[in-house]
Amino acid sequence: MNESLLRELVPAVLGILVRRGADFASAEDAVQEALIRALETWPDDPPRDPKGWLVAAAWRKFLDVARSETSRRARELVVEIEPPADQVPATDDTLRLYFLCAHPTLPQSSAVALTLRAVGGLTTRQIATAYLVPETTMAQRISRAKRRIAGLPLDQPGDLGTVLRVLYLVFNEGYSGNVDLAAEAIRLARQLVALTDEPEVAGLLALMLLHHARRATRTGPGGRLVPLVEQDRSHWDTGLIAEGVAILQAALVRDRLGEYQAQAAIAALHADARTTSETDWVQIVEWYDELLLLTGSPVARLNRVVAVGEADGPQAGLAALADVDPDLPRYAAVAAYLHERTGELGQAAELYAEASRAATSVPERDHLAREAARVRQLLRP
Amino acid sequence: MKYLLLKHYRGAPAPVNDVPMDRWKPEEVDAHIQYMRDFAARLEETGELVDGQALAPEGSWVRYDGEGRPPVTDGPFAETKDLIAGWMIIDVESWDRAVQLAGELSAAPGAGGEPIHEWLEVRPFLHMPPTVSE
Repeated sequence: MNESLLRELVPAVLGILVRRGADFASAEDAVQEALIRALETWPDDPPRDPKGWLVAAAWRKFLDVARSETSRRARELVVEIEPPADQVPATDDTLRLYFLCAHPTLPQSSAVALTLRAVGGLTTRQIATAYLVPETTMAQRISRAKRRIAGLPLDQPGDLGTVLRVLYLVFNEGYSGNVDLAAEAIRLARQLVALTDEPEVAGLLALMLLHHARRATRTGPGGRLVPLVEQDRSHWDTGLIAEGVAILQAALVRDRLGEYQAQAAIAALHADARTTSETDWVQIVEWYDELLLLTGSPVARLNRVVAVGEADGPQAGLAALADVDPDLPRYAAVAAYLHERTGELGQAAELYAEASRAATSVPERDHLAREAARVRQLLRP
Repeated sequence: MKYLLLKHYRGAPAPVNDVPMDRWKPEEVDAHIQYMRDFAARLEETGELVDGQALAPEGSWVRYDGEGRPPVTDGPFAETKDLIAGWMIIDVESWDRAVQLAGELSAAPGAGGEPIHEWLEVRPFLHMPPTVSE
């Protein structure tokens, strides 16, 4: 019994407790306690029926808490809650948990934490480590989130858009602490694909797989950022790429385009090319046009400029850059790249240095500083 | 998003209620400390507190002095313009929230029980780049 199998049981077990009449917040706490017990005891003493064990342990925990709270309020009142038969399919329960944990009224960081715990089956400590905050802070964030959604009906259809957004955020966090959040996001997206019939869910899964396929080549020694053009394409995971492309194609034929399918299409075109120069930049520009129609996202507009620069040359790229908000974090980096391509090295070096100062991450800052140094070296006689 | 709220012994612009702590009444000092504790407790309760630490004003400069030699120490330099007193690290939803919290922290009471209006420096953390950024 490995940990990921155990974690897969968590949403179903939680669903069963809620079906038996437990409120979501207490049931979720009880399942977390049972999960921690299981992580401690199963390696030495694995149960024959893991799910049955978890349900029993969580239900016992829930009753203990419910009884002690009841006896605090009125000592003579004794609850005896007999579990009814568990007949409802677990898939419905699990889908509802996704909606509840990513409820639009929750701040994003809370929705992320709650989803990872209640649907993903991670412990509070693992989530806290992954997001580099103290365990007590993460525990408070989760119980606060549960208070905020307390009383919301579990049987209402939810907002799939916020669920996808939460999974996308988890994926983008990558690998942190001892938890592979990207892999976890993929697992949760796979599960969601099986529970829903929405091309955008498949689009998000395809996007994740296509990016995950390049993960090993995206960073060099010491966490150094390796840009797409320098990545060793022979180390891209062709199995993941093939799977991502197949999922994307099946989604696209359904003719209900959305932002994740458009982003996945761009990722697929990169994954499909053996070199940067063989990349179909014209099609990539077209997909960015679609993406802009769908989202109007300023970041998509900036990324489109890069593609235009490759498809139609750096002058066309610079012309397109005029329509982009100069306050975007990577604006100077894109401008630097285009100016380097037009041969304006002095300006490019200045812009790379400026971009480095504006970078929002350490690997990006270091990469841009290196680029500035490289271009300045070209300027020396 | 994580932000650092930085308190300075020296180097920040002068606060409105500009009386050094050693000239406050003892109960004003207590009230100030209680305010800071309550503030941290409240942030822990909202799931936004990462860390809070205070620094002694006295320290030393240290640098490498070559293979096989002990590091060189120097100072402290009384003329150092910028002297950090401590920090709080918060993990919040937005820049606006970080500014709001810094404003509350700056309202900690000082002399006469009145808010100090101390200037705090708010700095965003650099983090890991998102996976999907190409």
